[in-house]
Amino acid sequence: MTVFIIRRLMQSLAVVLVMSFIVFGGVNIVGDPVEMMVSDEATQEEREKVIRSMGLDKPWYVQYGRFVAGALEGNLGKSFVYGEPALEIIIHRIPATFELALAALLLAIVIGIPLGVYAGLKPDTVASKSIMAGSILGFSLPTFWVGLMFIMVFAVILGWLPSTGRGDTVPLLGIDVSFLTLDGLAHLFLPALNLALFKISLVIRLARAGTREVVHQDYIKFARAKGLTNSRVVLVHLMKNIMIPVVTVLGLEFGGLIAFSVVTESVFAWPGMGKLIIDSIQSLDRPVIVAYLMIIVLIFVIINLVVDVLYSILDPRVRLSEMKS
Amino acid sequence: MTDGAPTLQVDNLETHFFTKDGVAKAVDGVSFTVNRGEIMGLVGESGSGKSVTGFSILGLVDPPGRVVGGRVLFQGTDLLTLDPEGLRQLRGNRIAMIFQDPMMTLNPVLRVDTQMIETVRAHDSSVSADDARARARDALGQVGIPSPDERLKAYPHQFSGGMRQRVAIAIALLNKPDLIIADEPTTALDVTIQGQILYEAQKLCRETGTALIWITHDLAVIAGLADQISVMYAGRIVEQGMLDEVLDRPAHPYTQGLLGSVPGHNTRGKRLYQIPGMTPSLLNLPKGCAFKERCPHVDLACEAAPEITHPLPGRAVRCVHPQLNAGGRAS
Repeated sequence: MTVFIIRRLMQSLAVVLVMSFIVFGGVNIVGDPVEMMVSDEATQEEREKVIRSMGLDKPWYVQYGRFVAGALEGNLGKSFVYGEPALEIIIHRIPATFELALAALLLAIVIGIPLGVYAGLKPDTVASKSIMAGSILGFSLPTFWVGLMFIMVFAVILGWLPSTGRGDTVPLLGIDVSFLTLDGLAHLFLPALNLALFKISLVIRLARAGTREVVHQDYIKFARAKGLTNSRVVLVHLMKNIMIPVVTVLGLEFGGLIAFSVVTESVFAWPGMGKLIIDSIQSLDRPVIVAYLMIIVLIFVIINLVVDVLYSILDPRVRLSEMKS
Repeated sequence: MTDGAPTLQVDNLETHFFTKDGVAKAVDGVSFTVNRGEIMGLVGESGSGKSVTGFSILGLVDPPGRVVGGRVLFQGTDLLTLDPEGLRQLRGNRIAMIFQDPMMTLNPVLRVDTQMIETVRAHDSSVSADDARARARDALGQVGIPSPDERLKAYPHQFSGGMRQRVAIAIALLNKPDLIIADEPTTALDVTIQGQILYEAQKLCRETGTALIWITHDLAVIAGLADQISVMYAGRIVEQGMLDEVLDRPAHPYTQGLLGSVPGHNTRGKRLYQIPGMTPSLLNLPKGCAFKERCPHVDLACEAAPEITHPLPGRAVRCVHPQLNAGGRAS
C-alpha cells in the first residue's frame, strides 16, 4: 500500500510538472499582457521598461525557469489587476468554493444513493419511475436557469431562503466557513442544491444501474440464503459493490464541481474562485490565470490519488494487483 | 425436532413464472420426502425445474416467479405459510443452500471471515465475534481448507474455484443445519475436487444426520452418493425410487434415455446414444405427456396427461407405459 501511494505521488509530481509547462506556454500564446498594462499614450521607452520589469524581454525558457523557481517558493507572480500576489488572491477565495462544492457533493451522496438504490430494488413502482423521470430533468435543465428559478421561488416568492452571498461566517481552523452558522447554512443551501442537481441525477443513475446489476448476482441470493436480514444484504453486500463506480465518478466529478462552479457562483453571487477566474480571463490577468490553473491541476491530481486509495479500500482485487505490479 | 416427522416433505409444490409470453410452470406438482440423514438426488436436464424447486423450498424465487401451490413441510412446519422473518430465521440456520458456481457465490468485496461471522450472528446475536470466528475456523478446517486461521482473512479472489466451493460449503455447515440443498455444487469443479467434495458431503450426512438434497444433471455424481432419486422433466417428477433400483431398472422412458446417454465400457466404438429432440419450452408444453414427442413408446394413450403409478414396490412413475423389463445403467 505504501509503495503504491509513493509511486502514485511520483506520477502526480510528473503530471504537475508537465501541466505547469502547458499552462505557462498556453497563457503566453493567448495574448500580450503588456497591452493591458500600458496606456496607449506610453512611449516606446516606457513600454520597454514595463516589459523588462515583468521579465518579458528574456527568452521563454528563462521565463519558464523563473516561473518554476518562483512556484517552488510559493510565488506565482503578482496580479496585474489587484497588485497582490496571485496565489493569495485565489487562496483567499478557495474556502468559499470548496465549501460550496463539498456541500453539493454531500447532497449528491445523501440524496442520490438512497434514491438510486431504491429505484434499483423496486424498479416497477410509481415512486421509482418518478425518481428516474426526475433524474432526467436534473440532467437536462441548465444550471443557470434552475438557479434563477430557485431564487425566484424560494427567495422572491416564498421568501424562505436568502439568494446572495455567504451570510455569516465563523473561522474554523483559520478558515471562514458558512455552514456553522444558521444564517450561513441558509445562504449555502440553495447554491449547493443548484450545483448538486446534476450530480444527484448522475448518482441516482449510477446507483440504480449498479443495484440492478448486483441484485441479480449469485452472492446476493447466497447472502439471503444464509438468512441475513434484508437491511444487511442491502446495506453491506449490495452497497459495497455498487460504491465502486459511484466513488470513482464522484471523485472525478468533484474536481469538476470546483472548477466549474462558475455558473452557480455567478447566479448566487457566491464569492468563490469561479467568479474570479472569469474576471481574470477577461482582463488577461496572467498570474492569476496561471495560479488558478495550477491550483486546479493540483486539486485534480490530489482527488485522483484519493479516489485510487478509496478504490483499493473498496475493492480488494485492485489492492492486490496494484501491489504486485 | 418432532420425532417421526420427515426432515422435509414437499407436497404438490407449484412454482410458476408469470412472463410476458405466458405462464411458465417451472415446478408443476412436485412431491418428495427426505428423511433425517438421507440423501436425495434430484436429477434433470437444464430447465427441468430442479433448481427452482430448491429455491422454492427456501422462499428465494425471484419475480416474476412465485410459489402458487402445495406444501413444504420442514420438520412438520409449512414453510409456505411462514412469515418472511420466520423463514429468514430458518434460512442458513436449519436449512442451508450451496450454489452451483463457486466463483459467484461469495461476495467479492467482503473478507471470508466477515461472510462467515455474519452467518453465525444473523441467527444468534448472543454469539460474540470471537466465538463466531472460532466456529468459522472450525468449519473451514472441517471442509479441508489448510491453515484456516490465515484463510479467514483472505478475500474470495485469493481462493481457487474448488477452495471457494469449500468455503461456501463451510458457510452452509456453520449453523449445523438439518437440511442442505446443494444446487449442482460440483458442476464447475474438476473431477478430483468433485470426488473429495462428494465424499465429504456423504460423510457429513451419515455422521450428523443432516438431510441432503443434491440437485444435478449428472447421473454419475448421484450414482455414488444418493439414497433415493427423483427424476424431473418439464417441471414434474417422472420417476422416483431408491437409487440402485432406479438405476438398475428404470421404468420411465426418460430415465432410460438418461441412463442410456451415459457412455459405458461396452459402448466403445459405437455411436453414443442421445434422447431425440429437445427439451420442450415450458411456455409451450405438448398436451398430455410432456415427453411424448421424444419417447420411443408413444401412442394414443399418451395424449392424456399421465398420473403417478406404482408399477414396482417403492417406485413412482409418471407414465402410461412403464417399461418394466428394460435394462438399466451401462456397465
